[in-house]
Amino acid sequence: MLELQNIYKTFEGRTVVADVNLTVPKGATHALIGSSGSGKTTLLRITLGLIPFDKGYVKINDQALLSFTQVEWADRIGYVPQDGGLFPHISGRNNVALVAKLRGWRKSRIDERVEELRKVVDLDAEILAHFPREMSGGQKQRVAIMRAAMMDPAVMLLDEPMAALDPLIRRSLQQELKSIFQRLGKTVLLVTHDLGEAVFLAEKITMLHEGRVVQTGTYRDLLQHPANPFVTQFINAQRTLPDAGDLP
Amino acid sequence: MTGAGVPGRGVARAGAVHAAMIAVVLGALWWRAAGAADGIVVGGKIFTESYVLGELAAQTIEASSSVPVTRKLGMGSTGILFEALKSGAIDVYPDYTGTLAEAILKRPDLKSLDEIRQALSGMGLTISGSLGFNDTYALAVKSQFADQHRLQSIGDLAPIEAEVRAAFSYEFMDRKDGYPGLVDSYHLNFNPQKVNRMEHSLSFQAIDQNAVDLIDVYSTDAKIRKLHLRLLKDDHDYFPIYQAVWVARQSFVEQHPREWQALLGLEGKISEEAMLDMNAQADIQKIGFNQIAARFLGADAPPSAGWLHEVARRTKEHLWLVGVSLLFSVLVGIPLGITAVRFHAAGQAILLSSAVIQTVPSLALLCFLIPVFGVGNKPALAALCLYSLLPVVLNTFTGIRAVNPSHLENARAFGLNRLQVLWRVVLPLASPTLLAGIKTATIVSIGTATLAALVGAGGYGAPIVSGLSLNDVPTILTGAIPAALMALVAHGLFELLGMALIPAGLRRRP
Repeated sequence: MLELQNIYKTFEGRTVVADVNLTVPKGATHALIGSSGSGKTTLLRITLGLIPFDKGYVKINDQALLSFTQVEWADRIGYVPQDGGLFPHISGRNNVALVAKLRGWRKSRIDERVEELRKVVDLDAEILAHFPREMSGGQKQRVAIMRAAMMDPAVMLLDEPMAALDPLIRRSLQQELKSIFQRLGKTVLLVTHDLGEAVFLAEKITMLHEGRVVQTGTYRDLLQHPANPFVTQFINAQRTLPDAGDLP
Repeated sequence: MTGAGVPGRGVARAGAVHAAMIAVVLGALWWRAAGAADGIVVGGKIFTESYVLGELAAQTIEASSSVPVTRKLGMGSTGILFEALKSGAIDVYPDYTGTLAEAILKRPDLKSLDEIRQALSGMGLTISGSLGFNDTYALAVKSQFADQHRLQSIGDLAPIEAEVRAAFSYEFMDRKDGYPGLVDSYHLNFNPQKVNRMEHSLSFQAIDQNAVDLIDVYSTDAKIRKLHLRLLKDDHDYFPIYQAVWVARQSFVEQHPREWQALLGLEGKISEEAMLDMNAQADIQKIGFNQIAARFLGADAPPSAGWLHEVARRTKEHLWLVGVSLLFSVLVGIPLGITAVRFHAAGQAILLSSAVIQTVPSLALLCFLIPVFGVGNKPALAALCLYSLLPVVLNTFTGIRAVNPSHLENARAFGLNRLQVLWRVVLPLASPTLLAGIKTATIVSIGTATLAALVGAGGYGAPIVSGLSLNDVPTILTGAIPAALMALVAHGLFELLGMALIPAGLRRRP
């Protein structure tokens, strides 16, 4: 279970995040959505333990972030950066195994875990020997998920997982991602600006605007009982293509 | 909290390893530099006559004793030789009374050998009596021109003062005891339109081609003979006296009385004619210094070490200079580059000061370093270390700055500690740029190390320097070609090193 309680963050006298509360139950997939400048990236970095915050708690399974070192916290939360964020100088396999090696895992244990995850994300074994520049967008994303899951963290955090992919691949990978999450059985927080992605992947959505939570609920809740006009405005703005009847 | 202490320990351990490596390098440097000279060391300056006299001194000592003699001939300038003598890097070298009085003692009023000896004794130094010749300024004309105008002495120039065409060196024109005093003393009134300032070696060419009639020379210069020039007598004894003498450390005289006596045996033995003749053998006939000296001493030339042996020795010296400075630039330059990235203000200071060092001309830098490090390996290494620093610091800085910052943040999010981020992410990603910097430093330092010969540190510069002073191209090439080859080999090695060190994911595909 991932909990953000009453989080405040000011930066250079400006309030960036205020009174954010968010709970992702164990095994659930939750989306944090907002436009750029909504504070979602700040919240993501706070959750990863990369920047300090002024007030509140971040907890995983009732254990607070502040009682751990950065290194210890990192093993509890697996992070998939935008575009996968693979290190370009090492192979896919070494990207996946990097942290385990640094923690002194034996080779056999590493091999076993890599193989296990490879099956979960359904990736060809030979791709792991490739360097990131030799992989497709979808392959990179899968390797990045393997890397995030390697240390068996309680929570997975994904930053705009689909943003860089072309629409067709995006569609098929979305499907794939959903089943990967199910197979992994992790608590997942998804940070995105894309409502379609959030609706497809997550059971619940938290909408962020100007550093505050506007509404948390299912897509149906947001659609049928918007907390305020902004929610409706945000939802309508996502419909970028006109209906056939609207065409001139 | 099990993992909390680990990163700290890792940093401390790496710091200790780093410090130990620097200590080893500095230690090796000191040992090598300190233990360089045993036996007697004979020095010499970087012009033909000094090489010949140095070789004469060395062979004279060798003939009189079994103490091994090291030759450090062809060192940069009077200042360098003098520092070397004071610091004990050399024991004895040939110089001239006028130079000692003017350049070393700054007392141009001191004329006699006794006065100069007296003044030097305060510095723990002494001089011999005159070796028998005076190498001073003189005016020279072509024999034909002399006959035509009945010229014997400088005063005879008066009748043709308006039409004579002269070429004088810059130094001669500017020194008070040069041209200005000369025309005063002899009441000469040359036509200023016909008096040219010219680089000394070019004036010989000018007179040879009848472009000028009159030039200034050093009285024992071999070209006087080669070009059939006639020296005009200095009736007024105007030119300062430059008697050749041995300059030695007093402690050397005390520890090696027999060898010093042997050197004193040459007092008064080398006439102006004999010196000119020996200079001509070197400059014109291209006879080796050791043979010229042996011939003069009536002995067999000492066996020369052989061409290959010589190159091997110079290679060893050169590799040592380049290797140590390279190690230094890597061990110091990379951490400095990293520091420059981390701390903005310190970074600007580091980059600026290493750039400033780079702009100091190498000879000037050597001169600045001699008072601190003496002569020999130490100042040469110090200069090379400083020069090779900038490419390494700058490329480390640039390479790290070019790393996408999101990789750094991601690495921290994955739980890498600072040292692991540096070692596993930053340095590998910066490695192509970093390695290019080290390569530049190496190749620059292979070239710059040739200047080490000027402070007596040997290397490929030694044959280059002596070849230059003799205008002897083959000798220059025995230094220049191996230096160029070494640079090529270094280039190749760095290509291989790149394949080994630059992560495969960053290499350009063939």
